[in-house]
Amino acid sequence: MALPPNAAVGGLVAAARFGLGPAPGEIAEAARDPRGWVLEQLRPQSLPRELAGLPTGIDETRLFLLRRQSLAQARLAPRPSMEDETQPKLQREIRQARQLQTPPQSQTQPQTAPGVFGDGLARETYLREAAQRVLAQANSRAPVFERLVAFWSNHFTVSVQRPPVLGLAGAFEREAIRPYVLGRFEDMLLAVARHPAMLLYLDNAQSIGPNSRFGQARERGLNENLAREILELHTLGVNGGYAQHDVRALAMILTGWSIARPQDDRPGAFMFRPQTHEPGDKRLLGQSYSGGESEAVKALGDLARHPSTARHIAAKLARHFIADDPPPASVARIAEVFQSTGGDLGAVSRAVVAEDAAWDKPLSKLRSPNELVVAALRLTGAGAKLEQRPLVNGLRRLGQAPFAAPSPAGWPDTAQDWVAPEAMVRRVEWAGQLAARLAADHAPLDLFHQSIAPSAGDETRLAVERAPSARDGIALVLAAPEFQRR
Amino acid sequence: MLTRRHVLAGLGAGAGIAALPLRLAMAATPGDRRFVLVILRGGMDGLAAVPPYGDRELKELRRGQLAIAEPGQPDGALDLGGKFGLHPALAPLHEFYKRNEMLVIHAACSAYRGRSHFDGQDVLESGVATPHGARDGWVNRALAALQDPSGTRQGLALGQTVPLALRGRVPVASWSPSDLPAVEPGLMQAIAMIYQRDALLGPALAEGLKSQAFADEVMNDGQRMNQAPGAGAQQFKQAAAAAGKLMAPANGPKLAVMDIGGWDTHANQGGARGRLANVLQILAEGLKDLADGLGPAWSKTVVLVMTEFGRTAAVNGTGGTDHGTGGVAFLLGGAIAGGRVLADWPGLSGGKLFEGRDLMPTTDLRSVAKALLIDHLGVPAKAVEARVFPDSADAKPMARLLRV
Repeated sequence: MALPPNAAVGGLVAAARFGLGPAPGEIAEAARDPRGWVLEQLRPQSLPRELAGLPTGIDETRLFLLRRQSLAQARLAPRPSMEDETQPKLQREIRQARQLQTPPQSQTQPQTAPGVFGDGLARETYLREAAQRVLAQANSRAPVFERLVAFWSNHFTVSVQRPPVLGLAGAFEREAIRPYVLGRFEDMLLAVARHPAMLLYLDNAQSIGPNSRFGQARERGLNENLAREILELHTLGVNGGYAQHDVRALAMILTGWSIARPQDDRPGAFMFRPQTHEPGDKRLLGQSYSGGESEAVKALGDLARHPSTARHIAAKLARHFIADDPPPASVARIAEVFQSTGGDLGAVSRAVVAEDAAWDKPLSKLRSPNELVVAALRLTGAGAKLEQRPLVNGLRRLGQAPFAAPSPAGWPDTAQDWVAPEAMVRRVEWAGQLAARLAADHAPLDLFHQSIAPSAGDETRLAVERAPSARDGIALVLAAPEFQRR
Repeated sequence: MLTRRHVLAGLGAGAGIAALPLRLAMAATPGDRRFVLVILRGGMDGLAAVPPYGDRELKELRRGQLAIAEPGQPDGALDLGGKFGLHPALAPLHEFYKRNEMLVIHAACSAYRGRSHFDGQDVLESGVATPHGARDGWVNRALAALQDPSGTRQGLALGQTVPLALRGRVPVASWSPSDLPAVEPGLMQAIAMIYQRDALLGPALAEGLKSQAFADEVMNDGQRMNQAPGAGAQQFKQAAAAAGKLMAPANGPKLAVMDIGGWDTHANQGGARGRLANVLQILAEGLKDLADGLGPAWSKTVVLVMTEFGRTAAVNGTGGTDHGTGGVAFLLGGAIAGGRVLADWPGLSGGKLFEGRDLMPTTDLRSVAKALLIDHLGVPAKAVEARVFPDSADAKPMARLLRV
């Protein structure tokens, strides 16, 4: 490469740390004006074509509800349940609804028994969503924007570890995250809290105010799950200054935020149920809230503007874009922009780019497995060669199946979380396997120069140069420690 | 009668058969001849595979661990007629030699004179004299020249990718073992090396390898690795057996290309036993499996085994050899006029070595390949000269390679 070393490093930081790993030519392109290259992408982007035509959250939720209803009926029905009139009707309805949204070329077979992990159809949707998301990241011409989508999607995790989310995670990201990554944090928080995926994932759809009409009539009641995670994970942070009574108050405020059932008007859509909403006054962080559906909107807005939220978000962004232990001054500056702009995420993103610390030390962040795979696919263009199932299974083996974070806290974001010995061996093996499929298409040194050259040590360069075959050379590039970092 | 479908099913791991056309067609061009190209990636040490024990310099050059005893001694080479021996690990091939089904071509090399693996393999496979001079391979261009009218795929690639030699305009079939390979010990060793200076990732990988029992093979001095050949090399046997079975039927593919790595023996190469011996043994066993699989078709088969370059004549400082020039190629098959070593022997004394360090190449591998294409497969000589091996007029097709 004819780039001066410093410019090349700047290009690499732009493409690898802020982007999703350099595609061929990207380092050189970004090197001309690294910060400008990043900032240029901080504008609204159209939906990647890889994600076009995937199901909506409402449709997918409706299918889930129909499925659950049919399972419940199957359980209640006297044997043989096959003779039950309603169940075949429901099954038929599920099938018909599905046919409308499934492209005819889909040939994947449902593998899971009903009721175990979704019904196979949801699993099929998940596979498509997961693979298409990886490909959207791998092919994106606005990788900085896509990284922000992934960051916020992880911040507001819904995980397919819980079966209701299986077919919904991709729709959640498209509908509740993607439109807001450069908008107002408050709007994203609201979209997240109203999305059926989150309402199902953290149980709010079933939460019932104890003194609501419904609560008094039945033996069911409050579920604090969503309220707690909003406070602990989404807004204030665990040390953000709230107590258990605040959790309970927010849970009360959120009662009634639920999902329309199959017999309702818009099955699968968000629906406020006054009959389950806790009446009366609730005190959250010293503020008083009352007024039905709108009180949660107001409460979420107040939480979004809370100084603890600004600090919490700033710390997470700094950890993602600067270092596992980011400089406190950087966190403070980003938090200040968050606070002063009322949570304008465009301004906040630009503040992160403005931090010199994000540009000083290349390769200070370890790539997560998903980032590793996407970086390799961007570099090699191999995405077109991989089929959905092996692609997603490969990520699962590496420890990070898409949309499958272990908890509502999302995937961890520090190197220590990803350097388990077995995990490193698997990364190397994955690199070797991909290299085996690419050997005839790429020159190792070319891949080296298009990716890690600006930051690579001599050992790595020599090893790639001396590799006894193209396959080994490509494997060395993709497995190199420099390629594991961003 | 056995149909293609039966043959495929008979291979067992049916899921591993990728992209093979199931179309049956009776037309079989080029006649009933078969040709298999085996590429040894990494640079096989010809002086170890076929030690020229009749050359007095050899003992000086190959002392210590790399020494291979003369024929008749314990662990000695297998005699090839008084001047050359066959590495003892190639014993299965010696049987072919004794049946006159194996020819050894020594001091051979492609048109390439540099020492880069990539460029060397590129020239070896593309068939043009300069690296990256063509995007297709000479075997594919030969297929094009055969102009098979039947539409069946005459070319077969064994492995996960189609090697450059077989890439090009003519569509080819492919087969690969269904299980993806683990990383071969040699590659894992190279990767572990570049991880060593990474304070965070280095120890993690080392620990992971240790717990995977890779440790003894890779992390230590390489001694244990000598006992355990790589998974990739093992896959060669699977691929060779599959190639034999797939090519045996009259309507099977006729030209196949496969490859095997593990030859880049810069350190701990070993002698009669050791790292190189293990790979040689797998090569020999694989070629025997190929012959067995072909059955009666073996009599109409030529297998060309070649590598991108040989290795240095002298041993280096780490018990191995470095990238060289002249090396060894093998021809096997019932169609071969074998039982001979063909070599315009240049000698091993200092002044005779290429650039003072490598066996001087005296036979152009294109001469061998051209002869096989013309005399064995019936590719028109004009097409071979003009399109398959352009600008190779100096490399005249070798005569009398085939049984008449």
